[in-house]
Amino acid sequence: MLAGDPALTPIAGGTDLLVHWPGNTDARTRDYLDLSRLRPSQSEIRWDDDAVTLGAMTTYWDVVTDKRFREHFPILIDAARQVGAVQIQTRGTWAGNICNASPVADGVPVLMALGASVELRSAAGAESIPLDRFYTGYRQTRRQPDQLVTSITIPRHQRTTQFFEKVGSRRAQAITKVGVAVTHHNETGWRVVANAMAPVIIRCANVETLLSSISPIRTPDDLLPAIDADMTPITDIRSTAPYRRTVFAQILFHALRQRNLRVSVDAR
Amino acid sequence: MLRIEGLAKLTGAERYVDDEPIGDALWGMTVRSNAARGVIRSIEFDPAVDWSGFTIVTPDDLPGPNAVHHIECDQPILAATETRHIGEALVLLAHEDRDTLRDAVRRVRVKIDPLPPALDFREPPTAEQVQRGRDNVFTELCIDKGDVDAAFEGAAHIVEGVYETGAQEHLYIEPQGMIAWVDDAGVVCCKGSMQCPYYVVAALTHALERTPDRVRVIQTPTGGGFGGKEDYPSVLALHAALLAMKANRPVRIIYDRDEDMLATTKRHPCLTRHRTAVDANGKLLAQDIDVVMDGGAYLTLSPVVLSRGIIHGAGPYACPNVRIRGRAVLTNTTPFGAFRGFGAPQTHFANERHMDAVAGAIGMDPVEIRRINIIRDGDSTATGQVINDGTDRVAILDSAIERSRYHDLLREHESFNATSPDKRRGVGLAFFHHGAGFTGAGEVYLSSIVHVVGRPDGSVEVRAASTEMGQGKETVFTQIVSSRLGIDPARMTIATPDSARVPDSGPTVASRTTMVVGRLLERACDDLRTIIGAENAQGDALHTAISRWCESNPGAEPVGQAQYQPPPGVHWDDKTYKGDAYGTYTWAAYIADIEIDLRTFTASVRAFTAVQEVGAVVNPTLASGQVQGGVVQAIGWALMEDCLWQDGAMANSQLTNYIIPTSDDVPHIDVVFVENPYEYGGKGSKGLGELPMDGPAPAIANAISNALRLDANRIPLTPERIFSLINNAQTA
Amino acid sequence: MPKPPEQPTTSITCTINGQSVTMDIDPAWRLLDLLRDHLGLTGAKEGCGEGECGACTVRIDGLPANSCLVLAVQAHGRDIDTVESLDPESLDHLHGSGATQCGACTPGVVMTADWIRNNPETLEHDTIRSLMAGNLCRCTGYDGIIDGVRLSIERDANTGAKPCAS
Repeated sequence: MLAGDPALTPIAGGTDLLVHWPGNTDARTRDYLDLSRLRPSQSEIRWDDDAVTLGAMTTYWDVVTDKRFREHFPILIDAARQVGAVQIQTRGTWAGNICNASPVADGVPVLMALGASVELRSAAGAESIPLDRFYTGYRQTRRQPDQLVTSITIPRHQRTTQFFEKVGSRRAQAITKVGVAVTHHNETGWRVVANAMAPVIIRCANVETLLSSISPIRTPDDLLPAIDADMTPITDIRSTAPYRRTVFAQILFHALRQRNLRVSVDAR
Repeated sequence: MLRIEGLAKLTGAERYVDDEPIGDALWGMTVRSNAARGVIRSIEFDPAVDWSGFTIVTPDDLPGPNAVHHIECDQPILAATETRHIGEALVLLAHEDRDTLRDAVRRVRVKIDPLPPALDFREPPTAEQVQRGRDNVFTELCIDKGDVDAAFEGAAHIVEGVYETGAQEHLYIEPQGMIAWVDDAGVVCCKGSMQCPYYVVAALTHALERTPDRVRVIQTPTGGGFGGKEDYPSVLALHAALLAMKANRPVRIIYDRDEDMLATTKRHPCLTRHRTAVDANGKLLAQDIDVVMDGGAYLTLSPVVLSRGIIHGAGPYACPNVRIRGRAVLTNTTPFGAFRGFGAPQTHFANERHMDAVAGAIGMDPVEIRRINIIRDGDSTATGQVINDGTDRVAILDSAIERSRYHDLLREHESFNATSPDKRRGVGLAFFHHGAGFTGAGEVYLSSIVHVVGRPDGSVEVRAASTEMGQGKETVFTQIVSSRLGIDPARMTIATPDSARVPDSGPTVASRTTMVVGRLLERACDDLRTIIGAENAQGDALHTAISRWCESNPGAEPVGQAQYQPPPGVHWDDKTYKGDAYGTYTWAAYIADIEIDLRTFTASVRAFTAVQEVGAVVNPTLASGQVQGGVVQAIGWALMEDCLWQDGAMANSQLTNYIIPTSDDVPHIDVVFVENPYEYGGKGSKGLGELPMDGPAPAIANAISNALRLDANRIPLTPERIFSLINNAQTA
Repeated sequence: MPKPPEQPTTSITCTINGQSVTMDIDPAWRLLDLLRDHLGLTGAKEGCGEGECGACTVRIDGLPANSCLVLAVQAHGRDIDTVESLDPESLDHLHGSGATQCGACTPGVVMTADWIRNNPETLEHDTIRSLMAGNLCRCTGYDGIIDGVRLSIERDANTGAKPCAS
């Protein structure tokens, strides 16, 4: 169907697409492909030895209530529990979050920090794209109009370090103002993914390099040069650029310090 | 007594205006100005639209004056020649299909030649920004007690401070809505979400040039008001009525949330300057206060908001010399209007922050400085009103201090702050008051009437214009009347506020309903007994006496009536702003325990204690609920509710971007009532609804100032603002 | 009479409050519109249209969801429960605790509260306050709501009573 109609918009949980629906004449006059009828088959979560695969219709709540994630991927539960509130979590899908490509998505950073990839399928075939190469610009992805995300694969590497910090305007039902997802793997090293700090959700290459180095990190300020090299946060309706910059450094610093990671022992 | 309509609300059976079946009603919507100020040149209807299916109302269609009757009549129903704010109503449309209508609203192009808008109420307008008088001032008021200037001479300490509060959106969960129609007798009828049916009657009679019997206004169950449905429904009713009259069909207007936030009233922003003299012991010698409020584009209720603001502006303290000057000014912003507290939250914020500043400047404990200055019986207020109500105000303060463990917390937080790498804790206090009922001669002016009526089956019906919006009027009225008459609540009903059936008992505002109207109900009950000749009858005997009277007087009904009488000895001079501003006051001490996360600069309330005296408590569950709700609404105002203005319009008019507290953002609110029954209030009550709005913001700002050792003088104290505060202090 | 759909329609079959419903709908309808405008189930309210306030909360296959963010077509094959399906007696604790004032948020609050009560295992990793955070209330300050939910759970635990089927 998608091959025949490039303007067809797939809809899963609808928690992004239906916002302000009555007043959104454009949205209401478009054609949609309703994927929700593909549950439960497409919401299956498959655990293999080397990877976990989330079906395209897997919701945040599916992950929150699956005890295996608490043991192996608590970072996903941390993120899922902070998306909106329960009513959003029971409907919103990880795949939808990925495809919506919002710069303030909460699912994307943690998946990207885990080294996840998306599987896309079209009439022409299938391909797998690592999530950290999936975004090409503001709200732009490498998904072709005739492709659907069919699953998300998360490698089961030994990432003993994984954390997600979200700063919103309140404790729940909040759009992220500043966010970061961090993992560390003994072989593949650091992944630091910033949320709400750029038009696209990105890995912070300079911060990753800094964390991989032996340069001392004694205060949040020591992170700033790398942060500035990676991103230029903006002032918008939700927050200010100086706030975002400072808070990003601070939440990252304190999260590392709390876990006795990378931060110099004599730091105050 | 459990909330009378509680089960209906819990089961979803309660019907709000948007729950009514659409029937043959048309949908109505509003074409709005997109310029902050300008001359309206033309209105063009996109020729691509088939307008024949639409009802269109422009200023040319108005049958009478183009004015919404508030205190003045400066606000047009539809802007005709000039627009004064973004979102101002210009054209009304109605159509059978709501989607078609939404689309059509966008296809009406209004050409406006811009004029320079006045957008900052703190700055005097330039010549070209003047739109009223010589200086855009709506109202100016002054309180003058003693000799302030002389008192400053030689004072041991003089402390100055500047304080600012932002606008606040009511965010009632049910958006504004109204249905209007013309009935078979040609009466223009409106029903909808509102607080004051008779205000709407006044607006309709004025604009449509009709007598009150030719209009009819009915209140539907109202999903929250907070003042936001006090004056605005007059506008909405006029819009719906005009469309209904032209279409000759019922018209229903229900605002979308973002339209509601953009176009309706909000709390007046306020800037207050304090200059205070105290003696060597911290006793107040003089308070010199300047208050400026942003009124928005039209006068609406600004004079009364300003009035209450300045009357409370010097706080519940004894000070021999007080001068308070207040101004409400015009800006090209959506008009500001009534909001719970009505000026007092703004000025109490400033005064209570300033009391801490004075205490800090002279090295005094914030509790002590209040203790020595609190009004005792025999002391007078800023307007010279001698307080003699027998309330032990110091005990209220002490009770809050003890219950909240204020001094222990201070000590614990000091140690905590010294060692915590990324958190700071603080505790803050506010002591404040709220005058119950309308100011000065207001209640006499309202001259409220209620009826308590006997029905043929012996039951009783209460007829009053007071509206239930969640505050518990339905239940409290039932308690008052059933207990006064000694009858089972099941044998009485409360009539829907319908102007065709109920007398004008005044608006449901100003914390007056239980106290003033409740007292009237008691007297009306007594009058009913007199009419039916059953002075001491209760229960079945009373019901029997009612039935008997009805039988003996076929076609008539026994109407027990009461009309407002002011309490004796209350004298107010509106010209000099001196005297007894209110018949009685409520008093409170609130304590906020807060923690600031220095990583994110987010302040959160760890614990909150609210101790108040509100006369006698008529219904403890409902009363606690009012306090808790008001406190949380004020926590939102203090910490997270920020109206972001762009050209005088709210840029963040979406719930995603205007942040109110969720259940996870606030702690349990600890509520304590101290009782001191008030002779002239229903069941001994004083007004309660607004008091809880006055204290939390200064208590929180004081706590944040305590935690950070900075002056947090402007709300909302969002994380970004706290971040700036800390930054500015570090670079200074 | 509500207008029947003019545009191309689609047919759905679902269960609403335990009853099977088959009807033609306009694909542009949200579930909220279907319930309120076409089935007379006006308990769910439109407070914001953006999934923030929770006044439109219903249950879909037993889980709370904002019906303003669900297309009516997506209800096909699902179990939908609205506030109208609840046993009024199961709401006693919320009545007594002061969980409702103006009532606009209440049906949504009740749906989430009832779900928590029937699924107390959700409290292993969350608090009542955090689970209720998707239901905004402007009147109560939340204490009345939280107390009511807690009381109902305690009562169920004390009496060993099975939570009311809904």
